[in-house]
Amino acid sequence: MHPVLVTIVKRLLLGVVTLFVVSAIIFSSISLLPGDFGEAVLGQAATEDTVAAFRKELGLDKPAPARYLDWVKAVAKGDLGTSFSGRSASGQDRSRSVAEMIAPRLKNTLFLASVTALIAVPLALFLGLTAALYRNSWYDRSVNVTTLTTISMPEFFVAYVLILIFASLWKVFPSLATVDIDMAMGERLNRIALPAITLTLVIVAHMMRMTRAAIINLLASPYIEMARLKGASRSEVILKHALPNAWAPIATVIAFNLAYLVVGVVVVEVVFVYPGIGQLMVDSVSSRDIPVVQACALIFAGTYILLNLIADVIGIVTNPRLLHPR
Amino acid sequence: MNDQDQPLMQMTDIHIEGYSDERWHPIIKGVDLQLRRGQVLGIIGESGAGKSTLGLAAMGFARSGCRFTQGQVVFDGTDLLTLKESQRRKLWGTRIAYVAQSAAAAFNPAHRLIDQTIESATRSQLRPESESRQDAIELYESLHLPDPANIGERYPHQVSGGQLQRVMTAMAMSSRPDLIIFDEPTTALDVTTQVEVLAAMREIVDKYHTAAIYITHDLSVVAQMADEIKVLRYGEEVEQAETRSMLSSPKEKYTKSLWSVRSLEKPESRSNDIVLALKDIDAAYGKTQVLHGINIELPRGKTVAVVGESGSGKSTAARVVTGLLPQSQGTVMFNGDVLPPALKDRTPDQLRRIQMIYQMADTAMNPRQTVENIIARPLEFFHDMKGLEKEKRLLELLSMIELDESFLDRYPAELSGGQKQRICIARALAAEPDVIICDEVTSALDQIVQEGILKLLLRLQEEFGISYLFITHDIATVKAISDEIVVMYQGKVVEQGLKSQILSPPHPEYTELLLSSVPEMDPDWLTGLLASRDGRAGA
Repeated sequence: MHPVLVTIVKRLLLGVVTLFVVSAIIFSSISLLPGDFGEAVLGQAATEDTVAAFRKELGLDKPAPARYLDWVKAVAKGDLGTSFSGRSASGQDRSRSVAEMIAPRLKNTLFLASVTALIAVPLALFLGLTAALYRNSWYDRSVNVTTLTTISMPEFFVAYVLILIFASLWKVFPSLATVDIDMAMGERLNRIALPAITLTLVIVAHMMRMTRAAIINLLASPYIEMARLKGASRSEVILKHALPNAWAPIATVIAFNLAYLVVGVVVVEVVFVYPGIGQLMVDSVSSRDIPVVQACALIFAGTYILLNLIADVIGIVTNPRLLHPR
Repeated sequence: MNDQDQPLMQMTDIHIEGYSDERWHPIIKGVDLQLRRGQVLGIIGESGAGKSTLGLAAMGFARSGCRFTQGQVVFDGTDLLTLKESQRRKLWGTRIAYVAQSAAAAFNPAHRLIDQTIESATRSQLRPESESRQDAIELYESLHLPDPANIGERYPHQVSGGQLQRVMTAMAMSSRPDLIIFDEPTTALDVTTQVEVLAAMREIVDKYHTAAIYITHDLSVVAQMADEIKVLRYGEEVEQAETRSMLSSPKEKYTKSLWSVRSLEKPESRSNDIVLALKDIDAAYGKTQVLHGINIELPRGKTVAVVGESGSGKSTAARVVTGLLPQSQGTVMFNGDVLPPALKDRTPDQLRRIQMIYQMADTAMNPRQTVENIIARPLEFFHDMKGLEKEKRLLELLSMIELDESFLDRYPAELSGGQKQRICIARALAAEPDVIICDEVTSALDQIVQEGILKLLLRLQEEFGISYLFITHDIATVKAISDEIVVMYQGKVVEQGLKSQILSPPHPEYTELLLSSVPEMDPDWLTGLLASRDGRAGA
């Protein structure tokens, strides 16, 4: 087998191990949350017997390690469990499966994340490369100042400023990003325009600055001087001689920011009332809906691990030393 | 057709300044340079003499932080300094090509060799790309690269340093330039590899009648390559003459001093009192075995030089002695006792008695510590010295290395290369060792500075009876310092014996190859060597 494949398989296995460790951390930290679902639903007036019976029905009476093992076993089979919500003291059970609750929300989040990524990543690469090409010029400085300004402002502030400008002063985009499955693509894109722009402004600076720094870092290498002495123009030096050696750090930062688009956007979702997974998780935490919280946390962890794995793989396949061993 | 009398390159009154410490310092102070078509000019001088800067100036190129302040660089009738950069760029790689010192660093790790070889020719649309590829393969062949048809498909890390240097020569030659600037092209190579690269470069420059500027600090190398030699010092020309007359009768005192360094030679002496012995040592990095049953004996108060090319296991042997790399087989005997293999099992006294000096004095010292801290550390650690006693000893040590107390509060960055190496020697001396392992300690230094360090080491040996295990690849250094020589090749000891025995024939095959590859100050040396090797190969 090719050594790169071996490395990738190793990283994948390591990712699975990490996921296990993270699942244990998620489970134990949720166990540490104060309060419990039984009391939250039944109210303080409920007798201890009722609460105990209710807890037993949900399986909350078992010791924590046993509950953890049950959960892990179920998840390994693809069963994320059943939500606690929808149950009540009256014995009525209108609860839904966790997968059913999460799926549409996750789709929405991934949709917003992909649209943002499609704008932000090419934009950041373009700005980073041109800033490196014209480094220390007014262009470089203004790109740096602008992106630093947008990253320094809290995202809800950016969001409200955009609403003020593009939804109130000029009615270009809607201020609410409520979407549903039946909506046509064009309409959906229109609805999510403002959240996508907000997120782009938030993540572009980081990626752009890393691209610029990674390229400039290489410009002092002897092979860059050699390329110049072979007659390469400035843009050729950067695109053909520096960029191919700079992918690894750039990919790492892109992966980090894409993960943020999935797991860190709850504030933006709240501002634009966007039905994403972040809101679902926050709601579930406040209602003590443990299975949903656990599932969301696991998805977030999985996203981080997967994106970082992809960045590692890009780092490997763009490094000829690893791709073409001696 | 320009007439042949007009020079190809005419540099007049070149002044170049470099920016550091917030002001401009002169680097080149009014140098003239003239080159005819097909002529090879050698430029020699110590580091900091401005050789590379002058070489790059011949392309109209100044490194970042440098600038031309005066002068003309007239190449084939055009002053390069009056051109726009985009116009100069059209000449680079096509009519003037550059061969850099470290091929390993000068090749882009991300691209295949052949793509880099034909890059300039393709950009200038000299000929169709497929023809350039074919031509590159022919160049590889004439440079005696192995498997010329396929070597270009490899990446830089997949071929050896000597091969890379030849590929770089092919790269420079690809557009058939009028002028090639060779900037120390063989300095990073082993002597055995250097011979092949020198021969290949000379052959191809002759074949295409290309003019060349050959920059080096090694006299015997430049003697093989150049028609004329220019000596440079502190950014000024010392003298220039035709190679043979320059070698036989240099006019200037500075040039003569450069010539004299190689004549240092220590009389050898024998001793049977063995202080350190490696017995049947095997050692490995991970699964790669590097040393195969080596035996080395170091007599007390003597110097044993360990010679061999890079990868022969010289430095690994030193790591075994110091305990940094415990051996997998065999024993190290020290003062008659078995030395524990691992560093952590050795007593402080054993640690004190074996000290080490490294090639790069720069990286062997903590840049944030003053000279006083650096030398005082072993005094406190091994000898528990404090206060006045320590002060006194510090001054003694400084006087031993011929420096005064004004150096105590300096930082390494404020010292010259030779001074740094002296501080490292003082640090080793502070421990009062029996044995000092010197790993290529003079390789990074200029010849005159080298001589000073070698004389210092010899004097310290006489005064304190220290034994040196002296690792080097330079035969002139070996002659200067050693009593005995160990020749290593591919992790094995080829032979050990007194200097006079090893250096006089008959030799084992590898010793013969190594010794015959050491360039001599005779312009006919390379030609003679190649003829004798060809003759033997043909016989």
